[in-house]
Amino acid sequence: MAHAKNHDYHILAPSIEPLLGAVAAFIMLFGGVLWMHGITPYVFLAGFAGVLYVMFAWWSKVIDESHVGDHTRVVQIGLRYGFILFIMSEVMFFSAWFWSFFKHALYPMEEYIGSGYTPPFIVPVDALHLPLINTLVLLLSGCAVTWAHHALVHENNRKDLVTGLALSIILGIAFTGLQAYEYGHLLHEGWEFGADEFYSNFFMATGFHGFHVIIGTIFLTVCLIRAMKGHFTPERHVGFEAAAWYWHFVDVVWLFLFFAVYVWGVPS
Amino acid sequence: MADAAIHGHDHHDERGFFTRWFMSTNHKDIGILYLIVSALAGFISVAFTVYMRLELMNPGVQYMCQEGARLIASSDVCTPNGHLWNVLITGHGILMMFFVVIPALFGGFGNYFMPLQIGAPDMAFPRMNNLSFWMYVAGTTLAVCSVLAPSEGGQHGAGVGWVLYPPLSVREGGMAMDLAIFAVHVSGASSILGAINMITTFLNMRAPGMTLFKVPLFSWSIFVTSWLILLSLPVLAGAITMLLMDRNFGFTFFDPAGGGDPILYQHILWFFGHPEVYIVILPGFGIISHVIATFSRKPIFGYLPMVWALIAIGVLGFVVWAHHMYTVGMSLNQQSYFMLATMVIAVPTGVKVFSWIATMWSGSIEFKTPMLWAFGFLVLFTVGGVTGIVLSQAAVDRAYHDTYYVVAHFHYVMSLGAVFAIFAGIYFYFPKMTGRMYPEWAGKLHFWMMFIGANITFFPQHFLGRQGMPRRYIDYPDAFATWNYVSSLGAFLSFASFVFFFGIVIYSLMKGARVTENNPWNEYADTLEWTLPSPPPEHTFEILPKQEEWDHQRH
Repeated sequence: MAHAKNHDYHILAPSIEPLLGAVAAFIMLFGGVLWMHGITPYVFLAGFAGVLYVMFAWWSKVIDESHVGDHTRVVQIGLRYGFILFIMSEVMFFSAWFWSFFKHALYPMEEYIGSGYTPPFIVPVDALHLPLINTLVLLLSGCAVTWAHHALVHENNRKDLVTGLALSIILGIAFTGLQAYEYGHLLHEGWEFGADEFYSNFFMATGFHGFHVIIGTIFLTVCLIRAMKGHFTPERHVGFEAAAWYWHFVDVVWLFLFFAVYVWGVPS
Repeated sequence: MADAAIHGHDHHDERGFFTRWFMSTNHKDIGILYLIVSALAGFISVAFTVYMRLELMNPGVQYMCQEGARLIASSDVCTPNGHLWNVLITGHGILMMFFVVIPALFGGFGNYFMPLQIGAPDMAFPRMNNLSFWMYVAGTTLAVCSVLAPSEGGQHGAGVGWVLYPPLSVREGGMAMDLAIFAVHVSGASSILGAINMITTFLNMRAPGMTLFKVPLFSWSIFVTSWLILLSLPVLAGAITMLLMDRNFGFTFFDPAGGGDPILYQHILWFFGHPEVYIVILPGFGIISHVIATFSRKPIFGYLPMVWALIAIGVLGFVVWAHHMYTVGMSLNQQSYFMLATMVIAVPTGVKVFSWIATMWSGSIEFKTPMLWAFGFLVLFTVGGVTGIVLSQAAVDRAYHDTYYVVAHFHYVMSLGAVFAIFAGIYFYFPKMTGRMYPEWAGKLHFWMMFIGANITFFPQHFLGRQGMPRRYIDYPDAFATWNYVSSLGAFLSFASFVFFFGIVIYSLMKGARVTENNPWNEYADTLEWTLPSPPPEHTFEILPKQEEWDHQRH
């Protein structure tokens, strides 16, 4: 920069990633339409690869910028605001799925006058069986993240930081695996993917949650790699904090799903 | 004083064309990009309406034929092509709602002027800001692709109305509808990222000493709008994802045969759709406040109530959605609640309108072009607001629902409200953004053409609605001919004014008089952007502004 800035805000150099990201998103979604109409999956996959590349390149840059000191105190506050707002928008996204779930659960179509709809027989699920185990797995994972956070902030104990993160990731992967097993089991028992409002709500609500678990797991894995490289300090660890917030958000969504969908909503 | 706020007054801009406009991390450049692209999208969308008004000019179908769309009526056989009509109303709605008005007001003016007004050197996340812009371009491209993509029966484009109600939106085959859904997804993501950026900038980057209730009204309006976007658009994303699943993967969210409920879609859509209405108009409120204060040579009347009115409108906007759906068979209690809640919004809106009037009261009013637009806004938005009160009554809505009365109402608040605010903003800020002045007579001519044209277009639609003419039809009985003919003439006049506007902009950019002073208006344009050169340099506020530069109540 030709002249000095006299403030602590982050002024960025021009960057190609936004344009690339938008082009990749366009290709991915256009390709998604082609794929859904049975033409070709490859356009979608190419766009998806582009999106992944841009995410990698972009966040690598952010990490590099943090190392050269661009993330001053005030910039860190801004990053935190930004991430909390992002989580708020995610909460509203899930509220659409819960809205649909509760509408159908409280005012089912078969109770409408003149409706010829009869609900299908739904193979019961014992919520206090695998779903409860899964709940515990995810909550334990959240505890492990908090342990890692505590170790970093209060003790600067890098060994516990790494162990806690690794534990939370393993438990996160276990959750995803158990959920996949549960899906396979249910579909085998006679549940359908779609075809009725119950299945529609169940699979989209828990499916989007599962998708967020996978994103959170990747986020935590990035933090683990960074922690092993010695990136975080007790004072500077915005990326890790964001991952932890995200993980707790995913936890809370699951608790609502567990009590609403599994304990109350699914026949047992 | 002003020059102390910026370094590099004569610093040469060394960025190449591609770097500056395609890789930008500069809020002012991104704001200009938003304005340019929204103008292009606006032109496409307006061209659709001109073609529709041409078709509606006379009873019978003369132009949109199965045999091929015509621009000139001929005596050949013409089988009406209702699908083409439906595609045009859908395209017009989607483009205007998602790709013209929000990007112009929120993306364009919000990006350019909110950071300047609060004395911030840039946005909180300058690179993400550019991602918002390019995703908006990607969304616009998907929307235009949708209009051209194959649909059912050898036709092109999605013809289901911008609200995308099932079952039509689920059952219409072809790719066009899926592309439209993804277009809305992408533009939604773009707006959410933009909202995150705006809120963070507003909260974290205000000039030293600028407490929340010292922030200029336009910035406040952007802040409130951001919250509406942040909390309502993700809900829409959920709803249209459900549509996508129903369409392509055999889900039954909205299919009663599988226990689903099409009315549920309407609820979720309008939970987004009503805040959307305020997302469209609130930034306009902000611009109008500054324009009226400047050209009345008085500070804005009742700053604090104005802020709280913005907040109140934003909050209330979330709890009135079902007044769009009085006729779907809701219980009487629900209808009563939504009616009452809707009418309550008239209170903060009234606070704003009366505060604008009180600002002008005994001011020395100067009818420069931006003030004309603001004045036009005030009159016409009030007309639209009053018809809104009429429509808010569930009983009256039985007669007016889906008639041209509704069309007239929402075009008075949006086409004549939000769009007039955009033009007020463009003329007000044109010298600041470009360093050139437009010819005053041309701006005034543009205003009068548009004002007369838009009124001739939409005022008769109240009559048509009261006569019972339903909206969204390609044709009508002879009984409605007179006012449709008049309405079409108005649309052509408005279109001419729009073309003239592009001419004004091009002429002013090339030949307009240079603006040398920082503030070409008067001392009541007293926010921080007017302390900067016109146009502002690449980097602004590299030394943060001092309180005496913007806090005029301390002297």
